[in-house]
Amino acid sequence: MLRVPFWLTYVFLYLPIAVLVWMSFNAGDSPYVFEGFSLKWYGEFLANDRIAEGLVNTLFVAVGSTVLATVLGTLLAVGLARHTRSKVLDAVALMPAILPDLVLAIGLLAFYALVQVTLGLWSVMLSHAVFSMAFVAAVVRTRLTHADPSLEEASRDLGAGAVRTFVKITLPQLAPGIVAGALLAFTLSLDEFVIAFFTIGPTEQTLPIVIYSMLRFGVKPEANALATVLLLISFTAVIAGQRLTKIGERGAHD
Amino acid sequence: MTRTSRPRRTATRWLSGAAFLGPGLIYLIVLMLIPLALVLGYTVFQRGRFGGIVYEFTTENFARLIDPLYLDVVLDSLKLATITTVIALLLGYPTAYVIANLPRKWKTIALVAVVLPFWTSFIIRMYALTILMSGPGLINSLLGTEFELLYNEGAIVVGLLYSYLPLMVLPLYSSIERLDPQLLEASANLGASRATTFRRVTLPLTLPGAMTGALFVFVPSFGNFVIPELLGGGKSLMVGNLIQTEFLKARDWPFGSTLALALIAVLLVLLLVQARVARRA
Repeated sequence: MLRVPFWLTYVFLYLPIAVLVWMSFNAGDSPYVFEGFSLKWYGEFLANDRIAEGLVNTLFVAVGSTVLATVLGTLLAVGLARHTRSKVLDAVALMPAILPDLVLAIGLLAFYALVQVTLGLWSVMLSHAVFSMAFVAAVVRTRLTHADPSLEEASRDLGAGAVRTFVKITLPQLAPGIVAGALLAFTLSLDEFVIAFFTIGPTEQTLPIVIYSMLRFGVKPEANALATVLLLISFTAVIAGQRLTKIGERGAHD
Repeated sequence: MTRTSRPRRTATRWLSGAAFLGPGLIYLIVLMLIPLALVLGYTVFQRGRFGGIVYEFTTENFARLIDPLYLDVVLDSLKLATITTVIALLLGYPTAYVIANLPRKWKTIALVAVVLPFWTSFIIRMYALTILMSGPGLINSLLGTEFELLYNEGAIVVGLLYSYLPLMVLPLYSSIERLDPQLLEASANLGASRATTFRRVTLPLTLPGAMTGALFVFVPSFGNFVIPELLGGGKSLMVGNLIQTEFLKARDWPFGSTLALALIAVLLVLLLVQARVARRA
């Protein structure tokens, strides 16, 4: 009896995606009625300048915010695990992950307006790093609980400085966690819409914003082709991340 | 062998602590805490004639909050988020239960399959739903009908459910997975029927997981503005839409901030309730 809702969940989650992918191979002009197999919409969206520009912008923002979030988040995780017991700092570090995105978005918009930053890709990049950092820190911290602090102490006792210990001992142990965290940050930024929508200003668009405006002003099947490619990228990144965490975990237990 | 003197050691410890914690915390103070403080502060100021803020104290924003015009929207959002959460619970609980009892190999696959859609673009998933539900879409072609399934409150609930159902399944799964099978056996040995065992043993023990899941679904549903706009056709508004309108169109930031504060207040109350349930369990 329980199997019915179980299967219902999976049908519900995957049916829309399946239809979307199926329709991307449609030879006809409608995103609703299948008229034969064709790859023409893939060519169509590759030739669409707005989509190409959106993609470049999205990658720029995602790479930048991932680098920022990975560096800051890793340092923060080590600091929180090894240098303080403050519950308040813990809460502050986790807050951007829990805060509703809309609230963070209006706060950032208000802040950028106050300090008179020109809105654009840079402001989106800085904004994405805020919540990405929290996720990186959380992932790296889980990894840190598996790491052995006595190795670091041994390194210090043998005369290595704080920096050398961090680079030679702590970082290698954390590497799988850092990579997983970075992948997470990258995926989050690629798809993020709400905060980008508020902090990008009028002149530029990231890909989710391009798709959003396509959706609001009538759909074309080239959106299906684009969506299919993006789904493929996300699926690959998630499964790769999953594999990495697993390999990392196995390494930690051996 | 000489040891570094104590005060110097504490000094270096403090310094390295600051080096690790400093950059991230400064970043969060500047780009999260100050922005939040701004939103909080704006709630007591007035809107300038051409947007902007006039720094004169007023309580008018809070008075407007209980204006039926806005209160109705807040109540409507509560209603839609609650309906979504209840359906997610009804669908998510059995799903998590079945997953937790699958053989090990299938368990991982089933879990990844639940999470996978969640990591794909939210906008794209909404687009997928639009294709499925629209007038000439698949559901209607299968039924041979031409119902407009989109652009109403039902469509918003479907959209919210589609977006956040995975967040219900995960915490439920981990609390069901942790259940001690011996407790269930003991209950059965003592003569309890399967229904009684479920009601008296399984359900209370998995309540914290259900609460967490409910919170994970409710929070992003309540503050959503994209789904009501895309699937609700902009006819049915939620609090998120109001906030978006005040900030980007009406440019009444003080009132927009007040709405955001109301949103946070509701969520804080829920967090406190959840923490209480978690502590009791």
